Amino acid sequence: MINDFNYLKPDTLKEALAMYAEHDDCKVICGGQSLLIVMRQGMISPEYLLDIKHVTELDYIKFDKKDGLRIGATTTHREIEKFNVIKKNYPVLVSMENKLASIQVRNWGTIGGNLAHADPAGDPAPVLIALKANIRVGGAEGDRTILLEDFFVNYFETALNKGELVLEVHVPPPEPKMGAAYQKFNLLESDMGIVAAAASVTLNDKGKCKDARIVLGNAGATPKRIKRAEELLIGKAYDENLFAEAGKIASEDCEPVADIHASEEHRRHLLGVLTKRMLKKAWEKARS
Amino acid sequence: MEKRLLTLTVNGQEYELYINPKTLLVEAIRDHIGLTGTKRGCDTVSCGACTVMINGMSVKACSVLAMQADGARITTVEGLEVNGKLAPIQEAFLDQGAYQCGFCAPGMLMSAQALLNENPNPTEWEIREGIEGNICRCTGYNSIVRAIESVAKGKYTEVKS
Repeated sequence: MINDFNYLKPDTLKEALAMYAEHDDCKVICGGQSLLIVMRQGMISPEYLLDIKHVTELDYIKFDKKDGLRIGATTTHREIEKFNVIKKNYPVLVSMENKLASIQVRNWGTIGGNLAHADPAGDPAPVLIALKANIRVGGAEGDRTILLEDFFVNYFETALNKGELVLEVHVPPPEPKMGAAYQKFNLLESDMGIVAAAASVTLNDKGKCKDARIVLGNAGATPKRIKRAEELLIGKAYDENLFAEAGKIASEDCEPVADIHASEEHRRHLLGVLTKRMLKKAWEKARS
Repeated sequence: MEKRLLTLTVNGQEYELYINPKTLLVEAIRDHIGLTGTKRGCDTVSCGACTVMINGMSVKACSVLAMQADGARITTVEGLEVNGKLAPIQEAFLDQGAYQCGFCAPGMLMSAQALLNENPNPTEWEIREGIEGNICRCTGYNSIVRAIESVAKGKYTEVKS
């Protein structure tokens, strides 16, 4: 049962930010595909609900070869999934979106809402962090851009200050010889991942690893980079033993908790296997 | 809490409702408007029984605030039939035995129709993807997939006209 709230519906971003600054105990709803569930469970019952679903200023996808990709916060998952320029330049984003929940959820749920909800099992965050994304947030006082990996603070907790909204996700331009891959482990295709791993690999002219990112989903309180394994890869040539070693490090350094879906031990094992496979896949894409 | 005015068009008919803003779209459709074809299943965005279309897009009405559909065009399962005749997808579900207990059917039909609107010739895999957000607890998926396939193959074109 959802508790009563006062409904605020701004027409513009400026109005939204003013309303948000003005009201204490106010939650922001966009697609509400996560928020309404926790409201119904009585986990939160805000006095005010600020509905930004129709703030069209934040509903956009822009791509520029020099600037990269900019996605407004109220853009739906389905818009990202169907956008050809993303498919061409960041195919991993499309394949991730394609497996995010169901079509109905992707039709209404938004990228900004997904990130602001900060569920460690969320799909977009690990992939976007592997692509070195930034997030622009702002309030009535102005806006600021931070690394997406610094945005997540704890379970369902972000670096957003009071009165700040997620405004935009920015992904740098795709580098030549960069490949990325993502996979989650789940029992139903449209479920959240029991665990997930994203990897990106950038190669130098000699085909050796120039840069690598390994980001795990549902492997702790926030999306988790495995820097020790990333460092291991730098300067090395393609080697399946290397990927296995990185996987071993990932299963050691991750911090998953046990729940009804899987034990901690099982999760560590899966994260190791997924890391190994995603590195191999990302590397092969970087080469092609 | 202040009641709010909601204007929406459901299956071509305009409605004005005064509602508590916490009213979900499925509640507005079933309890306020009285169209009970749309089902309430899990209430947690999982089962898909409450699937309706907002401006042609399939959504789960248990997890959309009715106020967010202000001014929108809603299609429910009651809106599928054309001039008192069942829509091709409804006929196909009958012919293929795709209604078992029938509880998932309104949502399945809406997801199937949304899929066919977007992709009139889906492969079997695309059909299965198209209904991934709908759960049939009788597990009658194969007959549902066959029904959608038979519409895509043009078996019901004369019903359409």
